[in-house]
Amino acid sequence: MEATSAGAMGSPRPDVYRKQRTPRSVGEAFVKIAPFLIAFLILDGVLIALVGTPAIRILLLAAAVLTIVFVGISLLFGRETAIRVTLLAAALISVLTTTGIVFSLLQETVVFFGEVGVGEYLFGTKWTPLAGGESQSFGVIPLVFDTLYLTGIGLLVAIPFGVGSAIYLSEYASPRVRRILKPILEVLSGVPTIVFGYFALTFVTPVILKGLGLEVGSFNALSAGLVLGVLVLPTIATVADDALTAVPGSLREGAFGLGASRMQVSVRVVLPAALSGVVAALVLGASRAIGETVIILVAGGQTTNLTLDPAQAMQNMAAFIAAASRADIPSSGPEYGAIFAVGTTLFVMTLVLNAISIRFVRKYRQVYE
Amino acid sequence: MNTVPEASLSRKAVERASSGQRTKDLMFKLMLLLSVSVGFVVLAALMLDVLVDGGSRVSLDFVTSFPSRISPENTGVKSALIGTIYLMILCAVFIVPVGVATAVYLEEYANRESRLSRIIEVNIQNLAAVPSVVYGILGLAFIVRGPLGLGPVLLAGALTLGLLVLPVVIIVAREAIRAVPSSIREGSMALGATQWQTIWKQVLPGALPGIATGVILALSRAIGETAPLLVIGAATFARFNPEGITDRFTAMPLAIFEFISDADTEFRSAGAAAIIVLLALLVVMNAGAIFLRNRYERKW
Repeated sequence: MEATSAGAMGSPRPDVYRKQRTPRSVGEAFVKIAPFLIAFLILDGVLIALVGTPAIRILLLAAAVLTIVFVGISLLFGRETAIRVTLLAAALISVLTTTGIVFSLLQETVVFFGEVGVGEYLFGTKWTPLAGGESQSFGVIPLVFDTLYLTGIGLLVAIPFGVGSAIYLSEYASPRVRRILKPILEVLSGVPTIVFGYFALTFVTPVILKGLGLEVGSFNALSAGLVLGVLVLPTIATVADDALTAVPGSLREGAFGLGASRMQVSVRVVLPAALSGVVAALVLGASRAIGETVIILVAGGQTTNLTLDPAQAMQNMAAFIAAASRADIPSSGPEYGAIFAVGTTLFVMTLVLNAISIRFVRKYRQVYE
Repeated sequence: MNTVPEASLSRKAVERASSGQRTKDLMFKLMLLLSVSVGFVVLAALMLDVLVDGGSRVSLDFVTSFPSRISPENTGVKSALIGTIYLMILCAVFIVPVGVATAVYLEEYANRESRLSRIIEVNIQNLAAVPSVVYGILGLAFIVRGPLGLGPVLLAGALTLGLLVLPVVIIVAREAIRAVPSSIREGSMALGATQWQTIWKQVLPGALPGIATGVILALSRAIGETAPLLVIGAATFARFNPEGITDRFTAMPLAIFEFISDADTEFRSAGAAAIIVLLALLVVMNAGAIFLRNRYERKW
């Protein structure tokens, strides 16, 4: 047996050992990488010189800078460290995204509140930001009311049917039925929301609602809200199902042993035991319903209405953002700022709902996991 | 008599288990079945509605013609289909390295207890719940205007959608990486491989099917997103194909939006046909994901 070049120990080594490089001096390592690095930088420079668009130039420049940084770190601290830093940098993109969202929202919102008073925005009852001149008004209450009203209609559909589906899946369905039903439910949540919008506009309103003899407009809150409910139903059903199945079997067996029926076990033992998880599911559903854009944009109409009549057109905050950013408005001034102020309002509302949901999920995890 | 003094809940259950309970039980089960069927009935109605309205409009002409504002019979989705395909490719180029790198960092490198990794984790959880329209605002303020100033072009759309679906990739990739047993890592390390060699040669290949599934899942969410693209100002009507990543573009959901919000309801059948094309793309992608999972998934 012969010693390989890998070490001074003199014992035979499998191939993988040789990959463990002995540390080289910085200079030695640099000489080895330099030709590749220089070739890359020259190529990059040529591309930057040739490409006309500034965006691509920035990207190429960024590639060059990142490569130099990577090579620099790996020469100074070793390759493993350089890789670790690169991965960390990628992970920080998600933090940067959040920072970017908050920053982009706040920047314009602050400008907006310089022009429109906070009081006028929060307590005003007339929302006509895109109307010109005298009739322009920035009271957000009708928009928030419509958002909550539409979400309410949606939850009226989604909560009973969603929780019902969850109880069926976890307590009644056989494993085989469950394996078939749950993926189909997930397909429903994978359907693009524009398709739900089409369904609300061309089927629910004209065929079902008008078919039932209701006097609804072609854009109305009822149709948009009902379809919104169907959209969030799978979310509620799957998350609540997870919570229900996490309840240990011993609780069910105990109740069955005392002679309880399946319904009693489901409603009085399993559901209360999984309550925090089920509440988390509802809150998550609500948060998804509040932020939905396209269904409302397509089927709810483009006006806000401070009314309890679901036959009227209604618009939610997300749909306003989409509609207003499509409208022909200058990129400064209160019309533009209103998009960001509403965005901030929506962002804060969903953030609070999400925090509540996370808290509830943690609670049921603590009990059973 | 045996009594269970501490469980008043269960004692009640015993008392009520009479014949009346049977009918109540049956009613309850019927109600549950009704709830489950709501989802399926709507799914079926939705598919049927779309097929009836648009089935006859789907043809080769429809996918190879540019849209028209005047004639609903001759309109098509060529530019939108091309735009969507480019958008998905660019989006994948962005989310695969960033998503997988984040997942690897969080699973293999980060110290679970450290403040930084907790911040990143809570962050990803929160990002997953941010409404898509808010990502549109981010795209509008940072990528289309503001610092990057790209304008409403393909690259801007792909980056916006990429940021939107990044949490999906990260969450699924983390699960796939976690599923690789630690014995594999220990074996590799014991043979003298460095941490990165272990990850690159052992962990990532083992997690690949799961990661691929996650990427497809993320892309199938991105492909149907309308709101962020509307907000960044992407075209809803375009009689041209994008030719580079800095060209203006339109996409399938936007074309559908344009068709169905046209005052002329004649265009709705074209909208339904475009929906069928979009759903067909989605089915192909999901079939791909299922195939990958079944074909390559390893049981350790």
